[in-house]
Amino acid sequence: MARCMSLLASSRMLTRPRMSLAFTCPTQILTGIVPGKAAQQCLRWVSAAPMLVLAGCGDRQSALHAHGANARRILDLIWSFSAVAGATWLLVMLVLAAALLRRRLSETTRSPLEIDSHQERRFAQAVGSAMALTVLALVMMTTASFFAGKSIASLSGTETLAVRITGHQWWWEVRYPGDDRSQSIVTANEIHVPVGEPVEVELDSLDVIHSFWVPNLAGKRDLIPGRPSQLTLIADKPGTYRGQCAEFCGYQHAHMAITVIAESREAFEAWQSRQNAVASAPGGEEERRGQQAFLSTGCALCHTIRGTPASGTVGPDLTHLASRRALAADTLAMTPGALAAWIADPQSIKPGAKMPRIALSADDLNAVVTYLGSLE
Amino acid sequence: MRHRPVADISHLPTYDFGSASPMWWGTLAFIALEATGFALAIGTYFYLAVLARHWPIGAPAPDLLPGTAVLAILVASVVPNHMIEFWARRQDLAKVRLGMVVMSIVGILPLIVRIWEFPALRISWDQNAYGSIVWFLLGLHTTHLLTDVGDTIVLTVLMFTQKGKAGRRFSDVSDNAFYWDFVVVSWVVLYLVIYWVPRM
Amino acid sequence: MSGIAGKPAEHTQEALKGIRDTGLEEVRLRTFLAPAWRTPKGLYGWLVTVDHKLIGRRYIVTAFLFLILAGLSALAMRFQLAQPEAGHIGPDLYNQLFTMHGTTMMFLFAVPVMEAFAIYLVPLMIGTRNVAFPRLNAFSYWVYLSGGLMIWIAFAFETGADAGWFSYVPLAGPEYGIGKRPDFWAQMVTYTEVSALAVAVEIIATVFKQRAPGMSLDRIPLYVWSVLVTAFVILFAMPAVMVSSTMLILDRLVGTKFFDPAAGGDALLWQHLFWFFGHPEVYIIFIPATGFVSAILPTFVRRPVFGYLGIVLSLIAIGFLSFGLWVHHMFATGLPQLGESFFTASSMMIAIPSGIQIFCWIATIWGGRPIFATPMLFVLGFIFTFVIGGLTGVMVASVPIDLQVHDTYFVVAHFHYVLVGGAVFPLLGAVYYWFPKITGRMLSERLGRWNFWLVFLGFNLTFFPMHILGLQGMPRRVYTYPPASGWGEMNLFISLSSLVVFAGFALFFLNLLLSLRNGRIAGDNPWGASTLEWATTSPPPSYDFSRLPVVTHREPLWAEPDVLPVVEGLRVDAREVLAGTVADAVPQVRVPSADNSIWPLLSAIAVGGAFFGSIYTPWAVVWGAIPVSIGFICWFWPKGEPEDEE
Ligand code: HEA
Ligand code: HEA
Ligand code: HEC
Ligand code: CUA
Ligand SMILES: [Cu+2]
Repeated sequence: MARCMSLLASSRMLTRPRMSLAFTCPTQILTGIVPGKAAQQCLRWVSAAPMLVLAGCGDRQSALHAHGANARRILDLIWSFSAVAGATWLLVMLVLAAALLRRRLSETTRSPLEIDSHQERRFAQAVGSAMALTVLALVMMTTASFFAGKSIASLSGTETLAVRITGHQWWWEVRYPGDDRSQSIVTANEIHVPVGEPVEVELDSLDVIHSFWVPNLAGKRDLIPGRPSQLTLIADKPGTYRGQCAEFCGYQHAHMAITVIAESREAFEAWQSRQNAVASAPGGEEERRGQQAFLSTGCALCHTIRGTPASGTVGPDLTHLASRRALAADTLAMTPGALAAWIADPQSIKPGAKMPRIALSADDLNAVVTYLGSLE
Repeated sequence: MRHRPVADISHLPTYDFGSASPMWWGTLAFIALEATGFALAIGTYFYLAVLARHWPIGAPAPDLLPGTAVLAILVASVVPNHMIEFWARRQDLAKVRLGMVVMSIVGILPLIVRIWEFPALRISWDQNAYGSIVWFLLGLHTTHLLTDVGDTIVLTVLMFTQKGKAGRRFSDVSDNAFYWDFVVVSWVVLYLVIYWVPRM
Repeated sequence: MSGIAGKPAEHTQEALKGIRDTGLEEVRLRTFLAPAWRTPKGLYGWLVTVDHKLIGRRYIVTAFLFLILAGLSALAMRFQLAQPEAGHIGPDLYNQLFTMHGTTMMFLFAVPVMEAFAIYLVPLMIGTRNVAFPRLNAFSYWVYLSGGLMIWIAFAFETGADAGWFSYVPLAGPEYGIGKRPDFWAQMVTYTEVSALAVAVEIIATVFKQRAPGMSLDRIPLYVWSVLVTAFVILFAMPAVMVSSTMLILDRLVGTKFFDPAAGGDALLWQHLFWFFGHPEVYIIFIPATGFVSAILPTFVRRPVFGYLGIVLSLIAIGFLSFGLWVHHMFATGLPQLGESFFTASSMMIAIPSGIQIFCWIATIWGGRPIFATPMLFVLGFIFTFVIGGLTGVMVASVPIDLQVHDTYFVVAHFHYVLVGGAVFPLLGAVYYWFPKITGRMLSERLGRWNFWLVFLGFNLTFFPMHILGLQGMPRRVYTYPPASGWGEMNLFISLSSLVVFAGFALFFLNLLLSLRNGRIAGDNPWGASTLEWATTSPPPSYDFSRLPVVTHREPLWAEPDVLPVVEGLRVDAREVLAGTVADAVPQVRVPSADNSIWPLLSAIAVGGAFFGSIYTPWAVVWGAIPVSIGFICWFWPKGEPEDEE
């Protein structure tokens, strides 16, 4: 299997195709984790027929499919504003059409300065009434907007859980602060939340401004260096939602996505306790070699794997890498092939990413992939 | 189109003072835009001050002496400035010439004192945001002063040449005096911000 | 001389000098005026001219060249976005492309083109012979040109700005800004601000002082009102971006800490300063466009605009209100709720004066008899499109809605609807309308109709779907998107539609080129319009009017279609214009108007050199000050103008 993967990686079949997980249908996820030929075929299929994948899946990152109280409140507002706007536009166009097309008496020689004062008075009345209607509509819209904002704000303070998210060029660091330091969970680009519970997301950035946005659940909030802020999320249906950085942050702004997985309280707690553990020790020879290679080729300068000497903080924590559903901020699905491709040449997959290309021998690469793939 | 003369304006003068002259309005517009620039820079100062836990950040309040000296000179300059304005309107060439020389000197003096004013801020521009903004404010006013003094000197030289005798030069002198008032007023405000706000 | 006291009117010696136009026949008059107002032939003349028409024309042409460059960048972006995960354009180039597109469209096309038309039209519409400060005018063009050239040459050398048209820090700051890219951006902004401010000062002084006798405030053409209000908006808005871009350059170059939170600075400070300018900026583009509409409409419905006073007050209200909205670009940064509500309310309020204008125009159409010539088509296309853009503006002014659609294609759709529909459509209409005046030839109506329908339909097909894309979650400024997102089809549709827009613009430029040679000869007033620019020949002579007009009515050429009331008594052997009182335009002074000069160009080169050098070393400013002062001194030093000689 490992050989098959290195083949895939070296033949560069996998350096181009990207597949984002949260966007993909469950069937895709299944085929995605089948290694080797199947994965290759699947990826081909994805790039060849994107429209097929779409059906029913394009709503994983959409403000039009609200699955949380915050987003639903806003969606209602969007619809009501759209209705007012649509009606206003239609009305204006109808009057304009009438003004253009109405029948006119055929007094062609009239001087342009001959003004019908009766008509002028009617115009003044009409413009006045239209203005009054405009004011009325605006007052209504401002009020509606204010109350929607208030009801969204009232969510905060009721949270049962906190997640701390730090933006980096171009990935998300995720922490769940525990009671004591050893208990805290560190992961990347993926957050899990219990369904139906308000979650406080604390936001901060260490480099440039990013913006945290999961449209199905809530409006966005900027991450501004030096100005920590927070946002409250509720997911009322189990599911996988995709979020994306919404503030332009440089080269790979386009590939800075985050996955939100809403699951039952039990599933969430199970996930939490798995994440709390240190990394599993390498199980076999290949994995041991992989760990060795990981520690000796410089990966550890940037990455942490808890339970090993690797404690770099430049890149994502890899302690439970294989438990995540996607790689490099949802740029690739988490498949062994994709993992190999990423490690072999991150720059061709995500040009500009802050992970350099590190020359590994084919054997080392396979071993590292096997090892990382075992870090559930 | 055919023309039908309806008015004769041949008796009108070719220059005038104050709001009758387009140049006066141009000067006013420049004053307005520079004042906006100052106001925004001062706004930035207060914005940063509100944000900071201590103000000034990591520095003592600036030394009062040089800044106050500049203030004194500038405020005093209002007197010759208005006399010039008066003489210009009277088109009294000899007195205007004298006044312009005085104003050139009065303009150069604060620039000299300013050399000591920057160190008197007691912080460097790159130390922190407080340092940056006070240097910025002072730098802005210095540029402002420098350009107007340059203007004044050129006009002074002009007044001593043949061209100085043209009537509209007096209108220029009067506009220049108008602008100088703005230079003075803007320093009064900046002085209070730079030197007294940190002492509050 | 020093003995003469008191009131200016008594400078009798002065007042009697020179040859006057009193009683001169038209032909004789021209033999005097033509040499007095002449621009020398050839390259030298091109460099020294201070004629507002020549400068306005070259401003317009330059701005349209920048439109082409920015439009082509947009096409390149659309090529890349047509399919998911397309590999045509990588992130590095894409980021430069959208930044250059936005920056060029806003700073080098839209604002300058509006100023350009004002420079060309205002003196003609108010009945004078040049702007108040002709050399400042020449200077402003050269500064604008050097800023535009600089940033595009930098782009050609792979140093194109790439942090977006509002270059947020820290991305554009000392630590994360790539190479010299943000420096070029910041200095280009400084150049264009200098030129815009110069034009604003000029317009204010010209409109205040140089209106034709009798053109009291309530007889100023609505277009002139619109550019006057715009000039004031520029005056109070542009300093903000000069202050902020200077701070950015200082942070990057000499290590100041304005935007560095670790040293007491703040990243949001940039956003406040930028948007304090940036919001008024969009009205700087939009207000003159409404002026075009108010100028074109009455001509093609054959009656004066209904609600003159209402429209003037609306323009002023928009100008004022535009300073109270900047925070609506920053809702997602998380400001206190009460503050946000204030900015929601103020943003919505601006719909009232905008609405009043729309309603007045519709009433005007109702009361008139529409003629569907090309300029009129663009006006109608404008109303159709702008109202959509305005209404989506009202939607994004709501904080909760904005938190969903901010930085998505919904906002991209909003601002193209208001920018293209709200400003470029009236602008194209204005080109069709005034081309005969500027060149003496008509544009082809047949091509014009094709031009209109292609741009109008293409535009709506391109940008309407973007609203939906935004709601479906597509962020802006992404160089690509995943196939599974479901955005692929719509993006392909958008990209194909943008080809229709392209075709429409291609026809537009084709029409310009063809008609320049072969267009029908226009005559003085081909549309039968009412304002003063149509009282002189097409194209107007260098002195604009052989005798300065007197205004007795708000629609002068409709009130007196055959005979133009004029004043007599101006000098004809030297450049002279009339200045009057601000409110009633009662003549006060015969002001000499500046002659041609090379010094505005040389000063602009000196200033440009200093700005450019400052990108590499702060000392450039210090050393640059020397040539700059020499340039300015020579510029202002009087050079043997007749009235300077005793
Ligand atoms: C010509 C330029 C122009 C114009 C005229 C406008 C007009 C308006 N704009 Fe727009 N705007 C831009 C250019 C413009 N905008 C640009 C370039 C950006 C993005 C910058 C960037 O991020 O790159 C932007 C972004 C922008 C935002 C920030 C969005 C975001 O980034 O998240 C907001 C938010 O409030 C906003 C609001 C408005 C409003 C309320 C108006 C109002 O003035 C509209 C008023 C007009 C009408 C409403 C229509 C006519 C009225 C009637 C027919 C009466 C009836 C009406 C009612 C009953 C409502 N605009
Ligand atoms: C007045 C302003 C203006 C105008 C007119 C336009 C016009 C167009 N814009 Fe523009 N746009 C902006 C202002 C403007 N834009 C701004 C401010 C931004 C934000 C930038 C940022 O995020 O920083 C933006 C962003 C922006 C984006 C978003 C990019 C992103 O976020 O990733 C897109 C994407 O489709 C786009 C597309 C277009 C298109 C297709 C046109 C078309 O209408 C263009 C049509 C014009 C042409 C096609 C040119 C015609 C040329 C010819 C016919 C050639 C003839 C040839 C010769 C004579 C040699 N624009
Ligand atoms: C100079 C720092 C650096 C080095 C060295 C480095 N990485 Fe990375 N790595 C990063 C960064 C930064 C990212 C995040 C990239 C992104 O998503 O934009 C990353 C991402 C990853 C990811 C994806 C993580 C996720 O959660 O999506 C894996 C796997 C990975 N690196 C493995 C390795 C291996 C194996 C090596 C050694 C061969 C290595 N890295 C060396 C910085 C580094
Ligand atoms: Cu992070 Cu965009
Ligand atoms: Cu705005």
